Amino acid sequence: MKTSPSRRLLVVACGLIYFFLMLPLLVVFPISLSSAPYMQFPPPGLSWQWYERYLDDPQWIDATWRSLYIGGATAVLALALGVPLAFALVRGKFFGRILIDRLALAPVIVPTIILSVAVYGLFAKLKLIGMWYGLVIAHTVLALPFVVLVIGAGLRDFDRSLEQAAEGLGASRWRTLARITLPLLRPSLVSAGLLAFISSFDEVVVALFMAGANMTLPKKMFDNIMMEIDPTIAAVSVMQILLVSIVLVLIGRFGRGLKDSAR
Amino acid sequence: MAKRFGDVVALDHVSLQVAQGELLTILGPSGSGKTTLLKVVAGFETPDGGTVKVGGIEITALPPARRDIGMVFQNYALFPHLSVAANVAFPLEMRNVGRSEIDTRVAQALAMVELKGYEARLPRQLSGGQQQRVALARAIVFNPRLLLLDEPFGALDRKLRETMQLEVRRLQRRLGLTTVFITHDQEEALVLSDRIAVMNKGTIQQVATTTEIYERPANDFVADFVGESNIFHGTMSAPGTVTFDGGRTLQVRSEKPAGAKVGVLMRPERFAPSGANVFTGEVVESVYLGTSFKLRLACEGGLELLVRQPARGPMPAAGARVTVGIDPESIHVF
Repeated sequence: MKTSPSRRLLVVACGLIYFFLMLPLLVVFPISLSSAPYMQFPPPGLSWQWYERYLDDPQWIDATWRSLYIGGATAVLALALGVPLAFALVRGKFFGRILIDRLALAPVIVPTIILSVAVYGLFAKLKLIGMWYGLVIAHTVLALPFVVLVIGAGLRDFDRSLEQAAEGLGASRWRTLARITLPLLRPSLVSAGLLAFISSFDEVVVALFMAGANMTLPKKMFDNIMMEIDPTIAAVSVMQILLVSIVLVLIGRFGRGLKDSAR
Repeated sequence: MAKRFGDVVALDHVSLQVAQGELLTILGPSGSGKTTLLKVVAGFETPDGGTVKVGGIEITALPPARRDIGMVFQNYALFPHLSVAANVAFPLEMRNVGRSEIDTRVAQALAMVELKGYEARLPRQLSGGQQQRVALARAIVFNPRLLLLDEPFGALDRKLRETMQLEVRRLQRRLGLTTVFITHDQEEALVLSDRIAVMNKGTIQQVATTTEIYERPANDFVADFVGESNIFHGTMSAPGTVTFDGGRTLQVRSEKPAGAKVGVLMRPERFAPSGANVFTGEVVESVYLGTSFKLRLACEGGLELLVRQPARGPMPAAGARVTVGIDPESIHVF
């Protein structure tokens, strides 16, 4: 098969973009294994010392645990609020539905820094600054649009004759929801929950404002860069990249992406 | 019973009774209101007026879950995440039947639809006909007071459809299930039903036994919709004689008084080589159908006739002149 010049151009362009996206990884991975005490590329030799430094430092480990449970709690809370909201927006008929539908995406549209300042002002009054659950609440606001989008797409594609069939066979509304609707929405629920988790786990702006002494992993990384630059940060990055990659693989395996809704 | 959607009247004062153990078919073209009627009976739509009663008990206000009506949907609506056995067990679980009794009844129901050994399969691992059987088993496993079938054979190929039709009929008779069947396929309606209710534009045109519907339709719509037909309009000029506008007369059996405007139905297969009424015409079109020839004849007086003849000997070609006859008792006047 002969490739046309335009196709060759496309391949080159895609290759360059891919290379550009991968470039940080190509630098970060080797540096994390560097034997030098400072950032140097290419590294003069190989060692695990930066991974050891990370694992031996209680501050890093605390920050990691904190980020994990804040992310988990955010996912749970965002699902608890977002799933009913998505049901109402897709299936409900009530005054102001369109308005709420648009507003549900507002946290994506409003600049995070503005949102952070506003939330900081509010939470300072409520004495929620520095509390891990304060950050969970703020992260839930940011994660909610993902949940509403993913669950909403799943619901729009849902074959409602299945619910009618269940009701016709004797199931109450609640049992229909528990036995038919939610189990069939599971891929969407998995995707929405994991996306909410990642959005919190990787979030730094709100965390900078809210976390106080309780550092999340991204905030600790940020502080680390500001204070002392050593390859520990590269090791942490690699760990974080691996974890997020695993989560994304899980979404691909058990979840339902936004792209599926187009079918 | 009445139902409207905005300005559209879906059901216009429809009244229908189904006898215990009977299979009644609601036959009509799409948009005739038959599906709306079914949804009202099942409880998925609320009627604007009127009542739904089963066994003398009014259920109009009951939610679908409490109506005890088994329904087979057009697309089967099998639960894709549940196995065949779990699908069939579902209505029993919703009725809090004990586990061991569920197992027995599910096994019985699956045996009835000849799906033993498929318990653990998921719906998507079954063929269309098998999915259909699961849907049927699920709809009858809880001994519903009424079984509703919404065009269940639409997605099956012809052979399978015929097998399933007979199977459903046999099962329905054996269990004595009161059944309402919905279809737009008049052939299917004739095969399956005890009685047929023909619907059009939200009203019931005629409710009668299958032979009655075919032989003695109440009006043009029924005569035209069910089977092939030659329908003409004329006036009773004398007892037993219909005169058409062109002046041609026809000997019929009818009690209609002289002067009455009437419709006349002659089924294509009722024509013989000769008879009391004779038509001669030129063949416009001829089709070979295996068991019969289908001829379109242009007769004198602008009359066009559809005629079926047993496929014996050479088929009359277009342009040939053919004479056919029909006796008064083979003509229906309405």
